[in-house]
Amino acid sequence: MNTWLERHVQTLVGSLGRLWTKPFSTLLTILVIGIALALPACLHVLVQNVRSASGGWGNALDISVYMKPKASLDQARQAAERIRKRRDVESVTLVKADDALEEFRRGSGFGEALDALKDNPLPHALVVRPAAGARESARVAELSEELRKVDGVDIVQLDTAWVSRFNAILDVVRRIVLLALGLFALGVLVIVGNTIRLDIENRRDEIEVTKLVGGSNAFVRRPFLYNGVWYGLGGGLVAWLVVTVVMTALGEPVQRIAGLYGSRFELQGLGLQGSAALLLGGAALGWMGSYIASTRQLRGIEPK
Amino acid sequence: MIRFDHVWKRYPNGREALCDLSLEIDRGEMAFLTGHSGAGKSTLLKLIALIERPTRGTLVVNGQNTGTLPRSKIPAFRRQVGVVFQDHKLLMDRPVYDNVGLPLVIAGVPEKDIGKRVRAALDQVGLLGRERNRPLELSTGEQQRVGIARAIIGKPSLLIADEPTGNLDPDLSLEVMNLFKRFNEVGVTVLIASHDLHLIEQFGVRRVVLEGGRATGGDVEPMPEVISIVAERT
Repeated sequence: MNTWLERHVQTLVGSLGRLWTKPFSTLLTILVIGIALALPACLHVLVQNVRSASGGWGNALDISVYMKPKASLDQARQAAERIRKRRDVESVTLVKADDALEEFRRGSGFGEALDALKDNPLPHALVVRPAAGARESARVAELSEELRKVDGVDIVQLDTAWVSRFNAILDVVRRIVLLALGLFALGVLVIVGNTIRLDIENRRDEIEVTKLVGGSNAFVRRPFLYNGVWYGLGGGLVAWLVVTVVMTALGEPVQRIAGLYGSRFELQGLGLQGSAALLLGGAALGWMGSYIASTRQLRGIEPK
Repeated sequence: MIRFDHVWKRYPNGREALCDLSLEIDRGEMAFLTGHSGAGKSTLLKLIALIERPTRGTLVVNGQNTGTLPRSKIPAFRRQVGVVFQDHKLLMDRPVYDNVGLPLVIAGVPEKDIGKRVRAALDQVGLLGRERNRPLELSTGEQQRVGIARAIIGKPSLLIADEPTGNLDPDLSLEVMNLFKRFNEVGVTVLIASHDLHLIEQFGVRRVVLEGGRATGGDVEPMPEVISIVAERT
């Protein structure tokens, strides 16, 4: 067991040393793998960020309830009280007609035009936020139906359509990321496989000699498998660097945009888990590409 | 140790290298294999090292039938047979140490034992202290001896050599042959292909002569090489 482990570590280090002897071609291979991995990784991080940004839009599900124009403030208060007692409602905020007018005057720039009106044209309104467990579109639709029946309520406005549209688009994008990942993973397999194939061809004599003195296919293959792991790991590292650089470059402008929208949103990088997945995934792909290529090719090399 | 029983070997290109060869080499025996070039000496050795398989007939080496041994068992089989090649077949980009130690690395011997055994093997062939050299820094004779050290380091019970003195001057040749004789004296079965009759005569061991060419009537095409075995003990 000890000898076995010792031998594996030796081969692992030995194959790294061998790659070191031809730094240019090794670097080239690693860069190609890295770029291939960086693209889906960047897309993934972007989608993750969009998701977490849109996760803060719980208020998008708020239901606006407008009282009838004739309804008094007391009526509105009673309605709010009744709605608040419902189990599928988290909170109810009463927006008095006067407050609403004041806000509209400040926000819209139509202040002077409003002054020309004799009466306040706005009704009292309630902003109803569904409880956490009742935010699927079906439950929300049901709730708004019930709200419509409450005394004094005129219009119930529910604007979730764009949220579901947005989520649907996000799902498509996520699927595209997955497909891209699969495609680029395949590309990495081919790159590693082809590189290993050339490595094997260059060391044909050595392989023949090793087989002559009793080396099995598994023994001969081992250094090439480790080569593949190094290529993949190096590629993963390059991809990680690319993602980090891209995220750093985008961080500031995105924060500025978020600031303009009054959000404190910040771009998230790969994180520990994502980084580990990228590196390990790269190594695993390298191992697999090398395994496929070397198993096929080494069988054909026999001493003459 | 080695038993050829009506063995034929025909290569894919149609060349018939061995025809109906029967031959037995006993355990612990030392024998020379002679004959003109093209007589089938190399083919015979390749069959023993399982680099080639017989086309017909059976060849049993060390109790194993080389015709039916599965591919997966070939590496283990080769580890029991030490082979010395005319062209040494060394790894030119690795030091002598790595070359000689390779069979032990394959066999999974611990690193600390490998060092000891490599030095012991190099000592036996008179190359102690050269383990850090690369093969190209050595003379042909020295390279040949590195090849011999590699062949014997795994303590094989059978040692075969294809023209081990082919590129050596007479003094060196004698030295190398004496080396083989010493291994034989400690119980290793040794079979050496050589066409250096003058050298062979100096050793009182069995000679196996392969001869090509046998006339058969009526055939217009070039005859296949036919080998008859003349085994003589001197």
